[in-house]
Amino acid sequence: MSDGSPGAAAVSAACDDVVPAAEADAVDGVRPELIARPRSAAETAEVLAAAAAHELVVVARGAGTKLSWGAPPSRVDVVVDLSGQDAVLDHAAGDLIAVAQAGCPIATLQKTLAPAGQRLALDETVAGSTIGGAVATNLSGPRRMLNGTLRDLMIGTTVVRADGLLARSGGRVVKNVAGYDLGKLITGSFGTLAVITEAVFRLHPLPEATAYLTVDAADGASAGPLVAAVVHSAVVPSAVEVDCGASGCVVAVLLEGSADGVAERTRTTRALLDRAGASEVTVASEPPSWWGSYPWTDGQSALKLTTALSGLSRVLAAAHRHGAAVRGSAGSGVLYAALPPDADHRTSVSELRLACRTEGGSLVVVDAPPAVKAAVDQWGPVPALDLMRAVKQQFDPGNRLAPGRFVGGI
Amino acid sequence: MTTTHGVSGDVENIAEPVEDPADGVAVRQVRAALQELLPVAAVITDRARLRTYECDGLAHYRVTPAVVVLAEDTGQVATTVRVCAEYGVPFVARGSGTGLSGGALPRADGVLVVTSRMRAIREIAAADQRAVVEPGVINLDVTRAATADGYYYAPDPSSQQICSIGGNVAENSGGAHCLKYGFTANHVVGAEFVTPDGTVVELGGRAPDSPGYDLLGAVVGSEGTLGIATVLTLRLTRTPEAVRTVLAAFDSTDDAGAATSAIIGAGIVPAAIELMDALAIEAAEAAVHCRYPEGAGAVLVVEVDGPAPEVERELAQVEEHCRACGAFEFRVAADDEERALIWRGRKSAFAAVGRISPDYIVQDGVIPRTALPQVLRSITALSESSGVRVANVFHAGDGNLHPLVLFDESEPGQSEAAEQVSGKILDLCIEAGGSITGEHGVGMDKMAYLPRMFSDTDLDTMQMVRCAFDPRQLSNPGKIFPTPRLCGEVPGRHKGEHPLARHGVAEIF
Repeated sequence: MSDGSPGAAAVSAACDDVVPAAEADAVDGVRPELIARPRSAAETAEVLAAAAAHELVVVARGAGTKLSWGAPPSRVDVVVDLSGQDAVLDHAAGDLIAVAQAGCPIATLQKTLAPAGQRLALDETVAGSTIGGAVATNLSGPRRMLNGTLRDLMIGTTVVRADGLLARSGGRVVKNVAGYDLGKLITGSFGTLAVITEAVFRLHPLPEATAYLTVDAADGASAGPLVAAVVHSAVVPSAVEVDCGASGCVVAVLLEGSADGVAERTRTTRALLDRAGASEVTVASEPPSWWGSYPWTDGQSALKLTTALSGLSRVLAAAHRHGAAVRGSAGSGVLYAALPPDADHRTSVSELRLACRTEGGSLVVVDAPPAVKAAVDQWGPVPALDLMRAVKQQFDPGNRLAPGRFVGGI
Repeated sequence: MTTTHGVSGDVENIAEPVEDPADGVAVRQVRAALQELLPVAAVITDRARLRTYECDGLAHYRVTPAVVVLAEDTGQVATTVRVCAEYGVPFVARGSGTGLSGGALPRADGVLVVTSRMRAIREIAAADQRAVVEPGVINLDVTRAATADGYYYAPDPSSQQICSIGGNVAENSGGAHCLKYGFTANHVVGAEFVTPDGTVVELGGRAPDSPGYDLLGAVVGSEGTLGIATVLTLRLTRTPEAVRTVLAAFDSTDDAGAATSAIIGAGIVPAAIELMDALAIEAAEAAVHCRYPEGAGAVLVVEVDGPAPEVERELAQVEEHCRACGAFEFRVAADDEERALIWRGRKSAFAAVGRISPDYIVQDGVIPRTALPQVLRSITALSESSGVRVANVFHAGDGNLHPLVLFDESEPGQSEAAEQVSGKILDLCIEAGGSITGEHGVGMDKMAYLPRMFSDTDLDTMQMVRCAFDPRQLSNPGKIFPTPRLCGEVPGRHKGEHPLARHGVAEIF
């Protein structure tokens, strides 16, 4: 496609705000031709219809904070920028639900909900993330342990299909089994099935009191029993996180509830940790500095490791052997690791993947420098890949939505 | 919408063509192949025995299946499905047959795959907070098996003593406690799954966030239209330290509804809030003598659970809000026996209605919780204007209504009047921004209503998933979607060759 091409003209006719792409608009190194900023779901549908008519490849973008996650797209013609669709459309406090546009930053939504004493129980692990971006990447943070992930919190979705038609599923009530639940398919699909424009969420009350208990552990092997002591107790933690580096691990437990309740549960949890061999337990009302963030920095390779709960210590130990800093939701069996630039990526990825698979989990290279992405299998073996390809074929037969970003080259 | 109680005889709602569909060429070939490939006891072809499978919990619809397979393992399910695919014959999966939307209604020209013999609890892995079970396992048995380890399986449909996990997965079953703990979809993390061409695949896994599309999320609640799950990995939940159950009595459903809103509005998420109106109370009292307070226009059953200090505080708040909304009695269960008695009244409510009415329809609709008082008044008005009695039993916390529409089929016109009222209640739910089903599913029963919630494009998009899984639409066809989608070009299978020749018996056993 080039400026003045029929495709470009059609996209410009479909949307009031279309500009040529700049270098900074590259999607994981792949430069698009056009940036379209539709202001409504209907306008988004127009853009997708124009793209369909001219066989243009589309990548959706919110705040653009995670565009380098996943594999690079094989081609991009148009970036559909949803950041202008940033409204909280509804907050029905009495029904504990909220409706937000895809471009709405998570932070904006939380600010809207807070005065009513409510929140979306989703941690903003990447600052600035929008609702749409969080859904596309299945973003999750510490609170997933108690409240689940986006698939559990999203009760309705509106998407624009590859052919430019608007489709809804779910609704505005939490309990609803009418029709297929497309929201779950869309969640974590990296923009390869449809462009999400709106989501309906169930909300949770904000807690009255919060306590963070932290305890040092020599290594992953000794962190494991501390995590298990809390996870298998009845104190109902909102989160159990670990942070492991070269000098050892920290285990942190989040308790949320009433002031009196949290105080008493803090005592119970402290006793549990003591019995499990904790050295010294620190209690604070604020999280530790690393809480809810990823362990990687620029230039490092970002891995997501999952494990059955009983395999936690072994996966932590394996990561340690490969010089990886690890952080994450130990209480849910979801960890994030950073491999240093000088690591032997092929070996580390394949050995850590084996360690995770042995424990019923998986390893995904979330993000990495281009050379690393080219050298490793980012997604690893995926069961039921044929079915996934069939789903993709149905939703996007022209392979025009974020092609190549997802598992198996989808 | 039409679970009728005490309706006997053959109500053949599905008109069968003149020729016997169970005797078509393809069906005969499938029957012969299954008899060759499966153990003798696994294949039922005897007409009298077939008839015992003619309906599920929605007895209003009855169809005798052409063949029933009592599968004992994944291999037998896969074989059955492969043979069906071979000859283009539809199949329907059935667990305990307790579904209330006709989701397991057989096909006269098809095979009914019954999973109730696959009932091994393969593993309780408390250290992983997982249970691995076969689809025929009874819901409550998972909890029973995990109790000693301090765990339980959270989804608790009222039929949990008889309904199976496989059926729960098909319907995305809820239950009284899903207000706090979520539905089946939130508690199934992995499945071994037979696709409609007979391939066995793994979906999800023991650890969270399996890479790739969340196909399991699409399968749960798809009412058996995407394939058959043969092993399920379930999330186990830690048994709470404390549980407190209370019964609050009010003069009216308005007051009880207001109390519900006040409790939720105060930031309390009880494990359950159930509402019963006067007629439902009367029925429960007659059936199980649950000793609910006399003269109550409505009762709330509220359960709070969790860490002991939080539970005591929440209990005090619940009492405060109930009293402020006019509760004239607030009865806290002192022990397990009293707790069981309170729940017995609630959980027996459906069946209990049989004591006060020869026939009834169990409706299942959802409204935003804040619309509760308004919708309740509309239902009352509807009942008064039509002369059809409606007993109300709700999962009030999440706005899931179960109005019981009472009638006597032996009285001319009553059945039709009841159907009308039942349908109008769904209209009220849709108007209030809710849903036509919260947990019973669409099945056969509510297909006509689905287009009132979703546009043609919405339904078309959902069926794109169907086309991906089951392009020939053999898995439980004719359910959920009133207008099947054409799936386009499907790589055709060669028909007519005997499956023994293709697969070989040795491969099967």
